[in-house]
Amino acid sequence: MNRAPWLWAILFALWLVLSWHFTPLFLFFGVVTCSIAVLVVTRMGILDRESLPLHLAWRAAAYVPWLVWEIFKSNVRVARIILSPRIRVDPSIVHFQASQRTDLGRFIYANSITLTPGTVTTGIVGDDFEVHAIVQEEIDGSEENTMNRRVARLEGEAG
Amino acid sequence: MMGDIVTVVVWLLLLSGGFFMVTGSLGMVRLPDVFTRMHAAGMVDTMGAGLTLAGLCVYSLHDGTGLVAVRLVLVLGFLWFTSPIATHAVAKAALSGGTTPYTVGDARLRAGQAGAGPDGAGEGRTGAAPDSTRKAPAEDERGRGDR
Repeated sequence: MNRAPWLWAILFALWLVLSWHFTPLFLFFGVVTCSIAVLVVTRMGILDRESLPLHLAWRAAAYVPWLVWEIFKSNVRVARIILSPRIRVDPSIVHFQASQRTDLGRFIYANSITLTPGTVTTGIVGDDFEVHAIVQEEIDGSEENTMNRRVARLEGEAG
Repeated sequence: MMGDIVTVVVWLLLLSGGFFMVTGSLGMVRLPDVFTRMHAAGMVDTMGAGLTLAGLCVYSLHDGTGLVAVRLVLVLGFLWFTSPIATHAVAKAALSGGTTPYTVGDARLRAGQAGAGPDGAGEGRTGAAPDSTRKAPAEDERGRGDR
């Protein structure tokens, strides 16, 4: 699949939403800007499955609402820790194996972990994740496994 | 009538966003070390910014063309893509700087917790003023950073 037209279309849509001027001059600027951007990216040879993961778009639409809900729940848990009269934390760094096969999948999983307060990914070597948790329950629970599974599913079969 | 409901929803979203921002900021002061404080900082730019922007979205959908709402969603998207990377950079920098995270049973952690009570409950046991106890972890970190 040729990704350059897709990237151009996405960039131009972004241009239109952000500018919302439909005079010929501004449209011309948009076309020129997007074309230069796509040209540069193509020449650098960095336009691939990883930089423009179009194949994830539909499955991501199901993953994002779930992630937002998880973020909300862990926010409430961390808020409760912070607001309790005496702070009780038992922070720890744990290592575990993630089941994603591609770097992109690992990137999404690591960022999802960091995005949920209470857990932060501090390092990845291969499929070994190093995660800092503010309390043990944040990392022991089945929720971490659920996220791992969901990201692996999001990543898809093709890898 | 419809406008009233929208106003209430917008207020609720803005206030709860503000609640998470204030709580996150409070956490940055109360939590004992740089790693636990990162979690509090994460609250500010996930739910704090998220709920605030959601409130503004609802407002603009009701009161405008909705174009602003689309832009706000983009703002949130960029924020949620970039903030974990910033958090990761902080964690990485702290680890390479030689800072070891407080873990369970750590003496530093117990000292920090004793001083963290706002009612001064830990004061009697540690025999130190809450202010000096609370500052101790920060000084400790700086000291080890120089080493």
